Amino acid sequence: MDYRIRLEGFEGPLDLLLHLVKKNELDIFNIPIAQITADYLSYIKLFRKLNLDFAGEFLVIASTLIYLKSRMLLPSAEPVEEEEPEDYQAELAARLIEYQKFKEIANALKEKEAMQRDIYGRLPIIPEEEDYTIEATLFDLLDAFQRVAFRLEEEVREIIQEDLRVEDRVKEILELLKNKRFINFDTIFSGRSSKSLLIVTFLALLELIRLRVVFARQARPFGDIRIYKAKS
Amino acid sequence: MVPMNREFRTSSFAMTLFVSTARIMEREKLKNIVECLLFFSDKPLGIDKLAEITEIENSLEIIEAIEELKREYELRNSALQVVNIAQGYQICTRNEFSSWVKKLHSSQTTFQLSLPALETLSIIAYKQPITRGEIEKIRGVDSSWVLRKLLEKKIVKISGRKKVPGRPIMYATTNEFLRYFGLRDLSEIPSLDEIKPPVGG
Repeated sequence: MDYRIRLEGFEGPLDLLLHLVKKNELDIFNIPIAQITADYLSYIKLFRKLNLDFAGEFLVIASTLIYLKSRMLLPSAEPVEEEEPEDYQAELAARLIEYQKFKEIANALKEKEAMQRDIYGRLPIIPEEEDYTIEATLFDLLDAFQRVAFRLEEEVREIIQEDLRVEDRVKEILELLKNKRFINFDTIFSGRSSKSLLIVTFLALLELIRLRVVFARQARPFGDIRIYKAKS
Repeated sequence: MVPMNREFRTSSFAMTLFVSTARIMEREKLKNIVECLLFFSDKPLGIDKLAEITEIENSLEIIEAIEELKREYELRNSALQVVNIAQGYQICTRNEFSSWVKKLHSSQTTFQLSLPALETLSIIAYKQPITRGEIEKIRGVDSSWVLRKLLEKKIVKISGRKKVPGRPIMYATTNEFLRYFGLRDLSEIPSLDEIKPPVGG
């Protein structure tokens, strides 16, 4: 069975070159091409032997090194049109140096990450919009309504004769939702002072849900409910 | 001709005392309000936001209030500190107590970015906005997986397209990036000069 291990995004050819530079204590500005090409290619051979699936970029760098080595060994009598090997070498050195710098910055960031992990601030108070994804069932709504009704029992101070038509309650709920994407369930029932009014308002809400003009959603089972406006 | 009799001097002195007392009380009140806001907020609050809520036009007063708060916390050896992070301020626990807070905070804390992710981030932080191709040229490897992770964590965002053929997407760091690493703003990214010279250089 051909079992291949991927080096996906893990280490790249530049990492290998830097590794060789460090290992052999080479001068980045004056890398001995022959030596490094030989070392580099031996690693490629090792990858193949161990069945490691390596990126094509390794071969790109390999061919660059081989080209450099060939130019060193066989200096051409005629001037060459394309880029001089010295340019390639300088470019390679520049790339390695820049890459090295970013690796160092990455290490510095790692330290900051660790330090920051040890201090804690308040965590998000309200769940993100996306988290209110569970459609509240009729029973969830009844539960929530009972909580509101129970609360209001204690707050009733005076009995006010208010309009008891469902249509009017419907209009009021839609008015509350006017410039908002959603409102909390409780908001719909605040300010209601009689039981009949509460019930009529609740029926109005159910009607709006039935007509799919609004949706009732929760962040988690038995959590608080939000009433969202349906997109028109 | 201003009467310089005793009553006048006393009353004008009293007036100054009254005004400065009122101002001190105002400062105290502002400091307390700022403290409440910083305590309640679940992310760093910027000076502008604080100015907006407190309706104080002079942002210097707000900065003074914050500094006063900072000093107070330090003086009484509080376990809380006011940090300047992600272009704003936040009340956080001190480092020394992390192990205790961790006991309450069950999930999450063991998340760490991988080295390839950190390297990619370093490149983006310095060169933003930058395309995936440009990142890969520097790193020498495919970076699409790392970029996806960083986007997921909202540490990096898409900041537009480069005006070249193909219109490749460009990436930049976010405010969450600053918060994640405890940086005040982009100027606090480890500088290239601070980094020691490369091997053999």
